[in-house]
Amino acid sequence: MNETTKALMKIVTGVEGDLEGAYNIREDSGCAARHSTELVKIESKTDQPGIDITIAPGAKESVFIPAFVTHGEITDLVYNDFFIGEGADITIIAGCGVHSDDHGDAVHNGIHRFFIGKDARVLYVEKHVGTGVGTGKRSINPVTEVEVGENGYMEMDTTQIKNVDSTVRTTNAVLLKGAKLVIRERLMTDGDQLAETNFRVEMNGEDSSVDLVSRSVARGNSKQTLYSNIEGNAKCSGHSECDAIIMDYATVNAVPGLLANNIDAALIHEAAIGKIAGEQIMKLKTLGLTEAEAEERIVNGFLK
Amino acid sequence: MLKLEKISWKAEGGKDILQDVTFQIPENKFVVITGPNGGGKTTTAKLIAGLMPPTSGKITFQGKEITSLDATERAKAGIGYAFQQPVRFKGITVKELIEIATGHSLSENESCAILTEVGLCAKEYVNREVNDSLSGGEIKRIEIATVLARRSKLSVFDEPEAGIDLWSFTRLIEVFTKHREERQETMLVVSHQERLLEIADEIIVIANGRVSAQGSRDEILPGLFGEKRNCAPCPKKEIDGYE
Ligand SMILES: Nc1ncnc2c1ncn2[C@@H]1O[C@H](COP(=O)(O)OP(=O)(O)OP(=O)(O)O)[C@@H](O)[C@H]1O
Ligand SMILES: [Mg+2]
Repeated sequence: MNETTKALMKIVTGVEGDLEGAYNIREDSGCAARHSTELVKIESKTDQPGIDITIAPGAKESVFIPAFVTHGEITDLVYNDFFIGEGADITIIAGCGVHSDDHGDAVHNGIHRFFIGKDARVLYVEKHVGTGVGTGKRSINPVTEVEVGENGYMEMDTTQIKNVDSTVRTTNAVLLKGAKLVIRERLMTDGDQLAETNFRVEMNGEDSSVDLVSRSVARGNSKQTLYSNIEGNAKCSGHSECDAIIMDYATVNAVPGLLANNIDAALIHEAAIGKIAGEQIMKLKTLGLTEAEAEERIVNGFLK
Repeated sequence: MLKLEKISWKAEGGKDILQDVTFQIPENKFVVITGPNGGGKTTTAKLIAGLMPPTSGKITFQGKEITSLDATERAKAGIGYAFQQPVRFKGITVKELIEIATGHSLSENESCAILTEVGLCAKEYVNREVNDSLSGGEIKRIEIATVLARRSKLSVFDEPEAGIDLWSFTRLIEVFTKHREERQETMLVVSHQERLLEIADEIIVIANGRVSAQGSRDEILPGLFGEKRNCAPCPKKEIDGYE
């Protein structure tokens, strides 16, 4: 692991020093470290770059699979597949850091597929950051495909709040009977950054449900486009909430979509875009904060 | 301690909301501003807290002119203000808001002690977000707690009674009294509540954007409630805005 990877790892996962349990550290399109456990097997794919992660039924463990690009002129492409056995209860710490101190672009394109077995529970935590002072662009483009099996549960907690110049995030999920998906997305863009997020959730099984909450802050001249499409094909319930704070000269385009193909599909969408409420700033000023401190506090809380 | 001299405020579009408002709040007193709805009480309170500048006139606090200071500077100078309509924040917890108010981090016990003053069983609330999920009475009491927590030299409370249950309100009166007596804080309360008017050292009546009466409680109260208070022998002042 090089020094940049170690620094990025701390920012992205909070982890320093020795790793425990099952892990795979990807660095500049190669593997910097890997460890499987009895119940979590990590193996390289033979036909394309990436790994297969196979989690035994009933396993209760954490898996650590961050990826890093540590200099310019790298376009990393990786396919990671997760096979999660019935009844497993797994925390997956993913995340990606892209660093460029030069003129070259640092790009990570990660395609993740999750096959979640019956009754299994997955918490997926992913934080994306860019670092470095180079003029090269830092991009992260994750594609996540999820299939949640009968009565399975997945929670995706994703954050991208610093220094990524461009991102296209695509998440497609299919929910079977009784399956539940919870998505919490936090996004901040600044300067001339571009971000597009795309959610498409198909609820195919009876009593499946999705709860999607996206909060974003757009500052500077940045541009965000947020698509969320929820499709109910059975008796199911779907809720999506898209809340954006817009500042400076930024633009935010929120495009919600709800499609009900079944009379018992209950779908709700809430979207709000606006600047920070003047009265919120005023309240914090009367508590002694300056206007800039008040703004920072409101934004940080909103993205927490 | 606080002096307003000929304060006027025009709304956007030029409508006169306050005209030539002049009064003084003496140190360590409990002063109540009252008057009919829409009379200009909240506007006066906001001008004192620095939420907006007056169109004309002069405000002095502890001998220094503060007319051009903004809300942050006035807070730092020692003026607190509890909003009539409390503000909600997504992602900021009750404890965090109280920490912003005190300017330093607090243990769970310390934040509990502050919330207990407003009658909130603290452990249940400290980690709740100050968002739409709080009831009207809860958010109102949290708003008051953020101002009490600052221990400002002058605290302005805008209709602290609104939406608060009787038990909490009784407790709040005790707390106001305690802050004034033990901590030498000055209290300016905007209120329609008889029980607050009854403990006021002084009462200011604002109606139609002007001060229509001011004086000690004994001078002003009888005029406010008129005959129904059976107070015939009291000196009775005629007060504009009240029939
Ligand atoms: N920004 C504004 N623009 C226009 N009119 C305003 C503005 N702010 C206040 N007003 C008007 O000024 C008048 C005084 O308002 P204010 O809120 O000070 O009344 P108040 O005495 O606090 O009333 P209440 O007892 O109902 O709280 C009202 O008629 C109100 O509609
Ligand atoms: Mg008012």
